[in-house]
Formats: sequence, structure tokens, C-alpha cells
Amino acid sequence: MTAIILYVAVLGSIAAWWLSRQRLMAKPWLEVGAAGEAPGTGASEVPAAKLGLWVFLAVVGALLTLFVSAYLMRMHMSQDWRPLPTPWMLWFNTALLALSSFGLHRAQMAARIGWRQGIEVGMIAGGLAALGFLAGQYLAWQQVMAEGFGVATNPSSSFFYLITTVHGLHLLGGLVVLGRTIYRTARGAGLEQLRLSVELCATYWHFLLVAWIALFGLLLHG
Amino acid sequence: MAVAIALILVAVGSVAFHMLSPWWWTPIASNWSYIDDTLIVTFWITGVAFTIIVLFMAYCVVRFRHRPGHKAEHEPENKRLEWWLTIGTTIGVAALLAPGLIVWHRFITVPANATEIEIVGQQWQWTFRLPGHDGRLGTVSVRFIGPDNPLGIDPSDPAGQDDVIVEGGELQLPIGRPVKVLMRAIDVLHNFYVPEFRAKMDMVPGQVTFFWFTPTRTGTFEAVCAELCGLGHAVMRGRVVVVEEAEYHAWLERQPTFVRRLAAAR
Amino acid sequence: MSIASGSVDGIPAAEVPDVELYHPRSWITKWVFSQDAKVIGIQYALTATAIGLVALVLSWLMRLQLGFPGVFDFITPAEYYQFITMHGMIMVVYLLTALFLGGFGNYLIPLMIGARDMVFPYMNMLSYWIYLLAVLVLVASFFAPGGPTGAGWTLYPPQSILSGTPGGQDWGIILMLLSLMLFIIGFTMGGLNYVVTVLQARARGMTMMRMPLTVWGIFTATVMALLAFPALFVSAVMMLLDRLLGTSFFMPALVEMGQRLNHEGGSPLLFQHLFWFFGHPEVYIVALPAFGIVSDLISVHARRNIFGYRMMVWAIIIIGALSFIVWAHHMYVSGMNPYFGFFFATTTLIIAVPTAIKVYNWLLTLWRGDIHLTVPMLFALAFIVTFVNGGLTGLFLGNVVVDVPLSDTMFVVAHFHMVMGVAPIFVIFGAIYHWYPKITGRMLNEVMGRIHFWVSFLGAYLIFFPMHYIGLLGVPRRYHEIGETAFVPASAHTLNAFISVMALIVGAAQIVFLFNLAWSIRRGRSAGDNPWNAASLEWQTPQTPPPHGNWGQDLPVVYRWAYDYSVPGAAQDFIPQNQPPAKAAE
Repeated sequence: MTAIILYVAVLGSIAAWWLSRQRLMAKPWLEVGAAGEAPGTGASEVPAAKLGLWVFLAVVGALLTLFVSAYLMRMHMSQDWRPLPTPWMLWFNTALLALSSFGLHRAQMAARIGWRQGIEVGMIAGGLAALGFLAGQYLAWQQVMAEGFGVATNPSSSFFYLITTVHGLHLLGGLVVLGRTIYRTARGAGLEQLRLSVELCATYWHFLLVAWIALFGLLLHG
Repeated sequence: MAVAIALILVAVGSVAFHMLSPWWWTPIASNWSYIDDTLIVTFWITGVAFTIIVLFMAYCVVRFRHRPGHKAEHEPENKRLEWWLTIGTTIGVAALLAPGLIVWHRFITVPANATEIEIVGQQWQWTFRLPGHDGRLGTVSVRFIGPDNPLGIDPSDPAGQDDVIVEGGELQLPIGRPVKVLMRAIDVLHNFYVPEFRAKMDMVPGQVTFFWFTPTRTGTFEAVCAELCGLGHAVMRGRVVVVEEAEYHAWLERQPTFVRRLAAAR
Repeated sequence: MSIASGSVDGIPAAEVPDVELYHPRSWITKWVFSQDAKVIGIQYALTATAIGLVALVLSWLMRLQLGFPGVFDFITPAEYYQFITMHGMIMVVYLLTALFLGGFGNYLIPLMIGARDMVFPYMNMLSYWIYLLAVLVLVASFFAPGGPTGAGWTLYPPQSILSGTPGGQDWGIILMLLSLMLFIIGFTMGGLNYVVTVLQARARGMTMMRMPLTVWGIFTATVMALLAFPALFVSAVMMLLDRLLGTSFFMPALVEMGQRLNHEGGSPLLFQHLFWFFGHPEVYIVALPAFGIVSDLISVHARRNIFGYRMMVWAIIIIGALSFIVWAHHMYVSGMNPYFGFFFATTTLIIAVPTAIKVYNWLLTLWRGDIHLTVPMLFALAFIVTFVNGGLTGLFLGNVVVDVPLSDTMFVVAHFHMVMGVAPIFVIFGAIYHWYPKITGRMLNEVMGRIHFWVSFLGAYLIFFPMHYIGLLGVPRRYHEIGETAFVPASAHTLNAFISVMALIVGAAQIVFLFNLAWSIRRGRSAGDNPWNAASLEWQTPQTPPPHGNWGQDLPVVYRWAYDYSVPGAAQDFIPQNQPPAKAAE
């Protein structure tokens, strides 16, 4: 459970930092009067959707970290763990996902300067690369399967299929939102709105990339 | 008013119930009177806290209930009072924790001269294994479990040949000698619990758990299963008989050993 | 008005004027597929109550069997285990969690912080419907072949997925796990809303330190739940794979009924660690909203500011943080490394300190107050008694060595029913009596309320206080009958029967409550906008019940904290949060 404890500790520190700016030592009964004298204690200025995404990422992070915790504990609690032959496909897939993330990053850049075509190209390229990643993950499954590791063969392979599925499903969910954003871009949605949507997609993509690299490292470790 | 009376009744009634009711723990039959002592300390500290709190509530309800013209006092906080209460609580909690941890340390430190015995749980019966003349238990594995070898003793391990197996019957133990109980389960979780011994631990398939105790009183004690193990959970009973040393050896001699069981099965 | 920066994907920001809000166009979108947090809150509450009634009936059945073994032949051991399992799971997850966060959270957060609605209304609606689906899947397991799972609400493997347990090799456990996963997905959608709404949609002047403790409690509990529920999700997924695909996450090599199964090397303890990493925070996910709400009830009905507000806030935060490092106190006798016991006993007992501070501050709020013994106040007092009782027995079970003889006995059952069954439910009752006038515009009937209170309070205490002593005797929990047992005297069976009779009576008293809820909608005394003369924002809405958008033309501006009661020099014994300073002295 070390991984999840560390994760919660990191989030706890962020929460503590934020709380420390909310004037927890104030005596509210003495502070009658007009609102918002103390800067930073009012409602957050960050758009709700952005804040919501970050909170959601914290939850997904907890979910993935718990899988990591379970993986490490299962690995060390019993002697039956057989290392999984890492399919070379995973390296290729990692590159694809990085490419996908880069595409969204470009789209975000384009959104910042108001270049509509750039937004579309970046998002479509990113989306295609992400689809390629998912297809690649499927091929990686085939490779592992061909090595004689089925879902129930060994915990190492059980975790491999489980973790890649969980990560893939999150990416799939992201693709649905990305598809919607591409559609709205094509329909000529307002730039201000697009800017935020693209930024949210990019943030989510970067998160999934970082998460995948961490999970891939874990699979290599096992 | 009725509320105040009810609160007083709850406080006084709870204490009276505690003092007067016939339902109390079983007379102890092991060395773990330390646990009982810690429990008593806990009862005292928590009992006093509970009574004070509920009686104070009753007092407040009477003294500060709404009457025409009565007004509440405006007092956002009282730093000193809160600090004193915090410190007092901390001391009370420490007074519970310290003895608890000391006794726990004893509980998990098995004396070197403890005899090892094994209790195995399966749906829904207990099996006991005691070391034979060599004083050692043979190694086991799930692989070896079969109709003739219910505990999965390794047939090639010399230490296991003279192991005594008691299936479904009663376990006898000599009085006054510390026992380290090794526990296994071969299907689901179980927990071998003799209330008179106070000690217990889950049995987990795939691992060996343990606890230790010294029987201090002769007699027959009933064992129950204290971890949900399926439909037969409530009827999974066993018996432990604590006897004098000589009687114990006589009993042990009468039990079949692993080799003899295997031979008989063939 | 920052419409541009706050409005994304067609979801209006909280601070947009009324015209910009989502508007229901038909009866269906107003009352069924509603995106109004208040309606969603009511939907949550009604669904939770309905499934809670199932749990109540199950508890009757199990008490009948326990109190009068052999008399009710139609209750087989298998059914008994199914009853206790479903009772436990329903009460903890589908009733308490859903009602506090989904019900009260949805209804109260926007009103109490001065927002028009939750920030993601559409997702909020989805949250409810997924919750409803989870409940339906759960109910479906009653009708599935083999019936619901009887694995105990903790669902410990290996037994939970083996044939020796009802539903283990049938549909029961599968539907249970699926339902839990749905619940978690639905909850996460709602939870994001509650957290972001508190962070982002507070009215001007509503600083964190001016929020009512109800919001603090629900907010902190939601943050905890968002981080803790994934642990249940992970264990549910992994168990589902063990059950369906034959993996060995939790399943070691074992021989079941003479049959060697195909599992190898899995760890039942791994499940327990994951489960309790969710399970213990879950206790506080239920308790913190209760703490918050009861603080507000006591303060309003004792006409006194909540005593030591700052300490109360800090205590909520500290309890929330600590609750993530105490989980293994449920596992002292599980066979885990015994040295963990030192750490977890210490952290567990440390939590007692901030919890005790909260209790003291409730008492000190009563002290020198002007106590109106209204029904909400009565339930608040009953909460303190039962919570203190259950909290103190927690000191037995948290103190590792004392837990050894008591774990898995009826003592544990009595303890957790007192502390997280009876106590939070009293808060729920108090809260309903308190806020019902805001929700419906009418008061609940006082006489029925008092009958409900007296039977529930005294009855519940008489059920669960003596039960500790049955556990002290050594009677294990989860027995469908105690049977002939040497260490259990005959008198204990009489006590058991008495407890069962009390359980039936207390259950029946809830019918009075339900009748009152229905009756008062039309016949209750008209309440007005602020029947309790409360200072917090939800009582200051221009209309009662508040319409969609809550606040009419202008959002409220907050000038003070939520506890200005009996302020010296003020004209009334309360000053609403949105009253400007100059006006208060008039």
C-alpha cells in the first residue's frame, strides 16, 4: 500500500497548501463586513470545467495508483510470480501515444493564437495516433498471448491485461470527448469555447501519457 | 424535562446494567489475564467519560432550556478550555494505548519453549496436528492434499512421518505449558476461537498464521469459528481439553500418526 | 458576470443570471430527468429511503431468526447470510453514503453556499441515474438464480466466490460487484460536482471559514470518498476477474470440498487491505457529514453559535486526513504482519482526540445556550449519546490487544451499529425534521415526530447497548443461531429475544415517520421561509420551496459567518448571513 499512501500524501500536501491560503486561523465571528477583503479566499477563478478535470484526474490517479499498489503487493506476497516477456510492440505504442499527446499540444498552441486549421489538424492527428496506440495495444496482447501468457496464466499477465485495459478505456473515453470537440470545431464553434475544450483534452492526454509511462515502467519492472 | 430524565436514565441505567447484568466474559483459562486487565482499564476510562458526558448533557438541558426571557450567551470559543479538554483527552487515550501496546508486544512474542501445534480449518471442521516424538511438524503443501492426507503433509519429509493427526475430534493440551498455535486453512478464511483463552487469529489459505497462549486451568472448552466461512459457519465447533501433563502424553500415544494412517488407508 | 470563462460545453457556470440556466421544458425534464440539484437531491433521498426500507425488512427477518431460532423455519441459514450481507451493504453504501452526499449534498450545498445550482448539472443528473441503475442491479440479485450473495458485506475472498457461500458460484456475487462498480462511477460524477461547486461557485463573501459546518463535512467527506472508492472499485474488478476468468489475484491454491481449484498464489489479505483502504474512510464519509449537520442543528436549536468553530473545521480536516492511515485496525486478527498492530493502534487512538474535541464543542454549544427541545434538537441529543457510546467502544476495538478477544463477536456488531448505524441515522432524521419545511414549505407533524423520536432513541439504545455484552460473552457475529454452546448461558438467549422484539418495535416506529413525511406534504402547518430563525443562507431564499435557480434575480452576498446567534446588541437572536453589517444593529 506504499504507492497509494504516497499518492494520498502528495494530494494531501496540495490540499494543505491550498487550505493554508484560506485563512483557517481567522476568527470568522470577528470579521463581519463586505465580502472578499482577503485575496484568494473567495470562489476559485479557474473555470469550473478545468477544475473539474483536475479533480477527476486526481481520482483516476488514485485508481491507477491502487492498481500499482495491488500489483506490487501481489508480486511480493507470493512466490509464484513469473516475469512477463515484454512485447516490443509496447515501445512502439509508447512512441505513438507520445506523438498523440504532441498532436494535442500543437492543437492547444494553435488555439492560443486562434489558428482554426491548426486546431483541427492537431486534434485529428492526435486522435489518429491515439487510435493507433489502442490498435497497437491489441497487437501487444496478441504477442503476449502468443508467448503462452493468457489472462489467468500468471498474475503478471493478469495484471498486464487488466492494467492495459483500464488505461485503454480511459483513452477511449477521452477519444469520445475529442471526437466531439473536433466535430464542434468543424461546425465552427466559438474560439473562446474551443480554447478551453482543446486545453482540457490536451491536459487529459498528457496525463494519460504520463500514466502510461508509469504503468509501462511497472510492467517492465515485473 | 422528559429528555433530561431519559438522559439520566441512559447514563445510570448503562452503568447499572454493566454492574448488575449476568452477562460477562467467561472465566479465563489462559495466561492472557493481561488482556482482561487492559479491558477493565478501558471500561473504567470510557465508562467515566460516557457518564460525565451524558449527565452533563442532562444538566444543560435542564439548566439552559428555553424559557421566556432566557437568552443564550454569545461565546465563539474559549481557547483555554479547549486546550485543557484536548490535553485531558490525550492523557486518557495515552493511558489506554500504552498498556495496550505493551500487552500486544507480549502477545506477539512467542516464548522460546513453546510447543508448536497446528490447527487446520476447512469447511466446516477443525483438524489438529501435533508433533510426534521428534518434536517437529513436517512440511506441508496443498499439492499433497487427498482423501488419505487431509492436511497435505509431504510424504517424503521424515519430520512429518510421526505427526499426530486428530480429525474432527478434540484437542488435548497439557496445563501450564506455552503453546504456539500454527494455523492454516485449506479452503476459506476461518478463525479458531476459544473464548476462555481470549486469544484468536484468522486462518488464511495460502499462509500460516499463529498465536500463543499457556493454558492455566484444566477442563473442556468449546471452540467456535469466528470468521465467516460459508453456510456451516455457525456449526463449525471444536473442543479443547486441558489436562495434566501425564494424561496428555497418554492421550497423545493413543492417537494415530501420519505413517500409520497412510498404511491403514492402503 | 463571467459567463465566457465559466461556461463550457453548454454547461452554464454557477454565477450566470437566472435566464442563462438550464430550464426544464416539460414535466419529465422537471421531475424525472431533472438537472436541478434540489430535485436530484430529492430523487437520491427517495431512492435511498426505498432501498433502505428493504434493508430494514431484512434486519427484521434476521432478528426474527436470531431471537427465536427454529421458530421461523422459512429462514434458512443461506437466506440468513444473504439477509445480513444485503442489509449491511445497503445500509453502508446505498443508503448512508447516497443519502448524505447525494441527498443532502445535492440539496444543501448550492443553497448553503449561495449558488444557483451545481456546476455540472448534466453530469449531476447522470450521477443519479447511474446510482438508480446500481440499486436496480442490486435488487435484481434478489431474483437471480441462487439469490443475492451471502458473503457478508465485507465480501472476503475466497469464500465470497466459492460454492460454500450463497451466491458465490451463482449470480449473487457478480451482480453485487457490478452494482458496486456502477455506484462508484455514479458517485464519482456527483462527487466531482460537490467538490467543484464548493470550490468554484460560492457566493461573494462566502469564504471557506464562513461556510456552515454541514458544507465542510460534506465537502471533506466527498474528497475522501473520491479517493477511497477507487480502492473498492479496484478490489471489485479484481474479484470479478478471479470469479469469471479464473485469475488468482486474491485466490490462493486451495482445496474446496475435496476439489483442488485452479487458483495459485493469490492473497486474501491483499483484498482485505484494498477493501479496508476504502472501508475505513467510508466510516468517516458517513460520519463527517453527520458531524457537520448535527453541529448546525445544535447551534440553530440552542440559539447559540457553534462553540469553537475553528477547532471544528480543523478537526474535520484532521479526521479526514488521518482516516487514510488507520485501515488495518480492521485486520488486527487477519494474519497480517503483527508488527503493523503497533502503528495502526496508535493512529487509530490518535483519531479519538479530534473526535472528542468535536463532542466537547457540541456540549459546550448546549452549555449556556437557549435550548429549544424541537424534534431536530431531540435527535441531535440522541446522536450525541449514541455516537459517544459507539465512539468509546471504538477505543476497545482500536486498541489492538483489546480487539483480540472482541473482534468478530457481537461486540463489534453492537459497536458499529451504534456509531455508524444509529448515530448517523439520528442525524438524518434530525436533518429531515429540520429541512423538510424548506423542501416542502410545510412543517412535519410535531406529535408524530416526538413518538418517532422516543421509540427510535430508547428502542435503538436498548437494542445495541445490551448487545455488547453478548459479544463480551464470546458469541461470534454472523451466526444464524448461537446453538448449544457451553459458554453462553440460557439468559443470553432471553436477552437475544428481547433485542429482537425491540428491533421490531423500532422498525415499526419508522412507519410513523414515513406516514408523517407523506401526510405533512399537504396537511402540515405552513412553515414560512425561515421557521427556525436560522442564520445560514439556505433559509434566506426569496421563496420556499426555493425555485430552480434558488435566488431570484440577484445572488446573495455574504457578510458574516453562519452562526451569528444571540449576538449582544442585535435586534433578533439571529443575524442572517446575507444581512449587511449596518442593518444588523437596527
